[in-house]
Amino acid sequence: MIISVASGKGGTGKTTVAVNLALSIPNAQLLDCDVEEPNSHIFIKPNIDNTSPVFIPVPEIDESLCDYCGRCQEVCEYNAIAVLKGAILVFPELCHGCGACSYLCPRKAIKEVNREIGVAETGTKGNLQFGHGRLNIGEAMSPPLIKAVREYSNPVRTVIIDVPPGTSCPVISSIKGSDFCVLVTEPTPFGLNDLILAVEVLRKLDIPFGVVINRSDLGNKDTYEYCAKEKIPIMMEIPFKKEIAVLYSTGIAFTEQMPEYKKEFLGMYKNILTKVKKP
Amino acid sequence: MEKICVTSQGNTLDSNVDPRFGRCQCFIIVDTDTLEFEAVENPNISSGGGAGIISGQLVSSKGVKVVITGNVGPNAFQTLQAAGITVITGVSGIVKEAVEKYKKGELSSTQGPSVDKKFGMS
Repeated sequence: MIISVASGKGGTGKTTVAVNLALSIPNAQLLDCDVEEPNSHIFIKPNIDNTSPVFIPVPEIDESLCDYCGRCQEVCEYNAIAVLKGAILVFPELCHGCGACSYLCPRKAIKEVNREIGVAETGTKGNLQFGHGRLNIGEAMSPPLIKAVREYSNPVRTVIIDVPPGTSCPVISSIKGSDFCVLVTEPTPFGLNDLILAVEVLRKLDIPFGVVINRSDLGNKDTYEYCAKEKIPIMMEIPFKKEIAVLYSTGIAFTEQMPEYKKEFLGMYKNILTKVKKP
Repeated sequence: MEKICVTSQGNTLDSNVDPRFGRCQCFIIVDTDTLEFEAVENPNISSGGGAGIISGQLVSSKGVKVVITGNVGPNAFQTLQAAGITVITGVSGIVKEAVEKYKKGELSSTQGPSVDKKFGMS
């Protein structure tokens, strides 16, 4: 089973929820798909036993075969190739690796070469299996790396995915195929605005979901009213406590020091089991 | 005759120079001898990425030898350079005045990009 932990707004507590959920349930695997700034490992401190580079295919042009017909430029959705009079330029950092240019080149002047975009790593901490991706600095193309991290999904484990914030391609790549999605929000106007966007995405993808309200005693009641109106279950509330913040700031998963919350996470997990679609 | 391109916020010679290249409103392609011009609305304003590259191709296909604008990013600069187009940045004011200044030799070409990637996005 795959449970993804997402949020529209950044900084609401996805990593806190994903890490503590993974530490509170049996037989878990935590995959940190926030490859632009992975931080779950700070709390888990896994022993990494495998590091693999991840590549995307980018075009390389053999100019002795190229007649500058412009077909490759025409089919490139991302403006990664410029064909000029007697010159052709490739901008690898704009290339999404779709392969259309090399496939459609009438003179077979384009071959694909690998460009490294980051690494995928796996390891363990006690009984917990762990995996994450680290995107190279300056790199914009995270979905291929996210897919590589998800390939480590262990089908006999409960896979918890720490999803990047937002509602764009990296999020879709991370949550697609989940059995359930936990949306972490905070009861503030920004939190609610971005929660609504995330809800739209999950409804479109037809993934069952519920909400965790972090710092639940701050802000206002609008988020609760929205969830009630939309019949979205509130799975758990985490109060705004200095103790939790201090543990976070020192890289400690707060359930390790506040075991009463382990029961709450386990309770949420059992609740999720009742809400996933039966095959 | 010489064809030059000035990035413009409108479609006439009296419009203001657009400080962006790849995502400017309009390319004014001017014949420096006659001041006859063609105003090309920029189809790449809301391009997801690579606006400078595709705009570079567009002005290259119009046969211009010089681009006058506010700023160019690294990808646009590389494209224009490969197309053999001279790039002049740091220009503001009215398009017609920019053309006059160019004709008097008061504008000098730039040897590198003047802004970083994604400058024109905001």
